[in-house]
Amino acid sequence: MNGSYLDSYAPLLLMFLLAAGLAAVLIIASSVVGRHLKVRAKDQPYECGIRPTGDAREPYSVHFYMVAMIFILFDIEAIFLYPWAIVFKQLNMFGFVEMLLYIAILVVGYIYLWKKGALEWK
Amino acid sequence: MFPPLQDLYRIAPELVLCAFGMLVMLIDPFVPATRKRSMGWLAFAGTLVALASLRWAALNQGSAYSGLFRVDMFSLFVHAIVIGVSALAILGSFDYLDRENIQRGEYYALILFATAGMGILAGSTELITAFVGLEMSSISTYILVGFRRTVLKSNESSLKYFLLGSFATAFFLYGIALTYGATRSTRFDVVNQAIAAHGAGPLLILGLGLIFVGLGFKVVAAPFQIYTPDVYEGAPTPVTAILACGPKAAAFAVMLRIFYSAFGSASHVWFWAIWVSAILTMCIGNFAALVQTNVKRLLAYSSIAHAGYILVAFAAASEIGVAAVLFYLAAYAAMTLGAFLIVAHVGGTNEQRLNIEDYAGLGTKHPWIAACFALFLFSLLGLPATGGFLGKLYAFQSALDQRIVWLVVIAAVNSVIGAYYYLKVVVAMYFHESNKEWAPMPMRAPMFVVLLLTAIATIYFGVLPNRLMELAIASARSLR
Repeated sequence: MNGSYLDSYAPLLLMFLLAAGLAAVLIIASSVVGRHLKVRAKDQPYECGIRPTGDAREPYSVHFYMVAMIFILFDIEAIFLYPWAIVFKQLNMFGFVEMLLYIAILVVGYIYLWKKGALEWK
Repeated sequence: MFPPLQDLYRIAPELVLCAFGMLVMLIDPFVPATRKRSMGWLAFAGTLVALASLRWAALNQGSAYSGLFRVDMFSLFVHAIVIGVSALAILGSFDYLDRENIQRGEYYALILFATAGMGILAGSTELITAFVGLEMSSISTYILVGFRRTVLKSNESSLKYFLLGSFATAFFLYGIALTYGATRSTRFDVVNQAIAAHGAGPLLILGLGLIFVGLGFKVVAAPFQIYTPDVYEGAPTPVTAILACGPKAAAFAVMLRIFYSAFGSASHVWFWAIWVSAILTMCIGNFAALVQTNVKRLLAYSSIAHAGYILVAFAAASEIGVAAVLFYLAAYAAMTLGAFLIVAHVGGTNEQRLNIEDYAGLGTKHPWIAACFALFLFSLLGLPATGGFLGKLYAFQSALDQRIVWLVVIAAVNSVIGAYYYLKVVVAMYFHESNKEWAPMPMRAPMFVVLLLTAIATIYFGVLPNRLMELAIASARSLR
């Protein structure tokens, strides 16, 4: 019983071996048969064809964090609407009122953000 | 399937606090920068309504939300402390925020949210609910600590508090996971039954240990006290006042519930942990306070030492011990709040006057402020006829009743050591010549009321403790 159960994995194992073998053959073949040019330009980072300038680690606007944070907040809060949609019929009016309250709280946060200018890109 | 309406009445204080917090956030953007103080008054009104709604919750005592939350005398007692602290701290913040030019609505909204979190902590009878309360109060206070955005020290303390605080909360959460793994429940009563039936296995002991790490951080018990002086020093002083009283009371409350209700049948396991922690906390707090020259840091270390005294009563693990903890928390809140708010007042713009020698001459220049400060310091020291004295007396007495003699001896020695640094400040105020010019310190009505109330409470608890002690004992009874 146990043996036959494992047997059913045999095709999978075969597939895995084939895939690994083929990949190995291709890589080895291309390195043996193919032509290789050692050029300095090849070791440089590729940036859409533009010559790279300066360091990538530069300070950037705190606004990015702000937008990302606001996005995560509202995104997660929107996700909570889905489970409600599934049990909408069972929860009936109770669920509806609860959800209205929930969204009202979100709107408070939204108004706050808006008036504080968090959505403006200065 | 739906929670009964009564459950809403039971969490009325939290609902009120959150509603007012959101109201402040909603109105704040529409209020011109010069009139932000009105947000403070709105928040203060919120705390008053919350205090009034305690009465409503009291009429609907019992478990709410299928055993997640509970309204009993114990929870009401701690609610009263926590909300009272926030109300007074809001009043005491007005002038400070004006001086530091950080008068903003968010400050008051965050205090309200933090208070709601502490309320949830005080009433929770389930670990995840406690966790939610802990996070609510912690996250709000992380921001409050760094509220002086342009001051480097404030940033430093906020970051330290945030990093170490999240680390501690992670410990707490891990402890919950292990407890759940061992007992298949996070509800205190079910955990207690499981321990009574099967005993405490290694998994459960590890879980309890991790929970103690998380809560020990909040109540500032050694060896988790390292952050305290830096955080308390860098935070805006009124926020320090809240930190030293509110979250500490709430965390002690939930710790009492967890250790007594959930892990009550395993008290032989945690007794020695509390014992060692109490001694370490007292000694570290008192000895480090001896060498402080900054009053804010000195009071921070003193708050560590007081956590140690509270742990002495905690170790007693008896009804009278719980009552002693509650009494101590109430008396401690009054005197510490008053002391820190005086430091905020005397500190002046940019908190320049913080050293002990800066207090020289306060006794002659501002006799009333000096008298109040001396009263709070005497109470912290534990002189008779102050709340601090009776707090200590009840705490030590409850431990002696359980024959925990050595702990009490060490605690008594420690409170004598404490006399040195408290009196050092008093001596500076009254007997030293001032080396700095005293600018006039006009005291406005809100601050005056706060100092008056805290001073009256400190004396009242010291002279007529019966009423408070009766309430504390009734609260301790309801815990079982």
